[in-house]
Amino acid sequence: MIVTIVRKELNMLFTSPLAWILLALIQLILTWAFLGRLDAFLEIQAQLLQIENPPGVTETIISPVFAMAAIVFLMITPLLSMRLLAEERRNHTLTLLMSAPISMTDIIVGKFLGLMIFFAMVIALIVALCMSLLLGGAIDFGLLLSNTMGLLLVAACFSALGLYISSLTAQPVIAAIGALGVLLGLWIIDLAAGETNHWLHFISLLKHFENFNQGLIDTSSIAYFILFMTTFLILTIHRLDGERLHG
Amino acid sequence: MTATTLSTQNLCRNYGSHIAVRDINLQLQRGEVLGLLGPNGAGKTTTMRMLTGNLAPSAGSIEICGIDLLNKPQEAKAHLGFLPEIPPLYQDMTVDEFLLFAARLHRLSKPKIHTALGDAKQRCGLEDRGRHLISTLSKGFQQRVGIAQAIIHNPDVIILDEPTVGLDPNQMREIRKLVRELGVSSSVILSTHILSEVENICDRVQIMHKGSVVFDQTMAELQQQGTSLEMVFTQLTQ
Repeated sequence: MIVTIVRKELNMLFTSPLAWILLALIQLILTWAFLGRLDAFLEIQAQLLQIENPPGVTETIISPVFAMAAIVFLMITPLLSMRLLAEERRNHTLTLLMSAPISMTDIIVGKFLGLMIFFAMVIALIVALCMSLLLGGAIDFGLLLSNTMGLLLVAACFSALGLYISSLTAQPVIAAIGALGVLLGLWIIDLAAGETNHWLHFISLLKHFENFNQGLIDTSSIAYFILFMTTFLILTIHRLDGERLHG
Repeated sequence: MTATTLSTQNLCRNYGSHIAVRDINLQLQRGEVLGLLGPNGAGKTTTMRMLTGNLAPSAGSIEICGIDLLNKPQEAKAHLGFLPEIPPLYQDMTVDEFLLFAARLHRLSKPKIHTALGDAKQRCGLEDRGRHLISTLSKGFQQRVGIAQAIIHNPDVIILDEPTVGLDPNQMREIRKLVRELGVSSSVILSTHILSEVENICDRVQIMHKGSVVFDQTMAELQQQGTSLEMVFTQLTQ
């Protein structure tokens, strides 16, 4: 049953121009950043060779591109997640799903997975972009893997949060603005913390992604991402169940 | 096959202190078309939303084909087709895409799905509209897609909330004919404001007022007594 919902979500996503425009824009921005970093790397390559244990091409090009991709994802997730439930409610199509023999969990997880498949495609394109460096030399696959994993997890967190906020309203635009506000807040919350070990650092999604960005696959970061994601998915299911109970 | 397709016991629904629906006892047999009448705000839509699992009742129980809707919602809902007041349509899909989605949602198996699609389209007069986008269809055709969605899985209980609103007289007649046909093999609950519609197509009529059923008789009984539905309706709801 989840597959039916996933198929429908992807179908709806790709029949609208939004998905295609976003795919093109993301690719354009990231390729631009990629080429900029590549240019800079080629300029300083001679100097880099003189230092002992110099940073490789993966560290100087790929990591910054992934860091940038995370910020781009933060900006576009609200656009993609806003319609997931708010629009169903606005068009009265939620009734169709609710009266069908399908559980609330299936509906929410299906919608979430649909969005994740879209993000997986974007990430695959970014990885392909980075693979093009193989034409000129070797890259550090470990670092590429940790970056890919981090980006996928962070996108999952954004999507779950966006889905929850979309369940709160019948206005897609309000869902988008709400999700963007909360995501930005979670992104920069660690700026408010002075000391390095302040608890606010632990809440910030940015801080956790930084670990992956530097090639560190930290179990506590993975745990945080997974907890964050499941919490918001469960909250969404509760929210819709509550609607059935309270009217 | 059970003869009773739908039964409710003492169904109640409150919104805070306001009682929207109280003590609804329904028994619906296979092959019966029940007309649900009542002034605006009488609780018809609330009752229908409860019967289709969109709203949890405050008290009481609902059984569909002998399966408890509250304990086994998924199994019970498989026997149910619902057309809400505003048809739940995805405007960006074509008629075929939408109906196929509805069929999959109701767990039709792959081999059956295409015959079911053809069947539903044929019954609702949508044969040549399969590739049209729903947003380009007129209100009447959108309403038909809504009905097709509710009957594609051949449910035992079909619940239609004001299916003929906004249709022209010809379309109305066709929809009524369709409801009659559906009433042969399934049970149909139909809510409406048009009394002649009930007189034409329903076997039984219930009138709701202020959340309770105030009138429940078969059309045959009504005809025997020689009273018109309009008189009864005005008397009971004013």
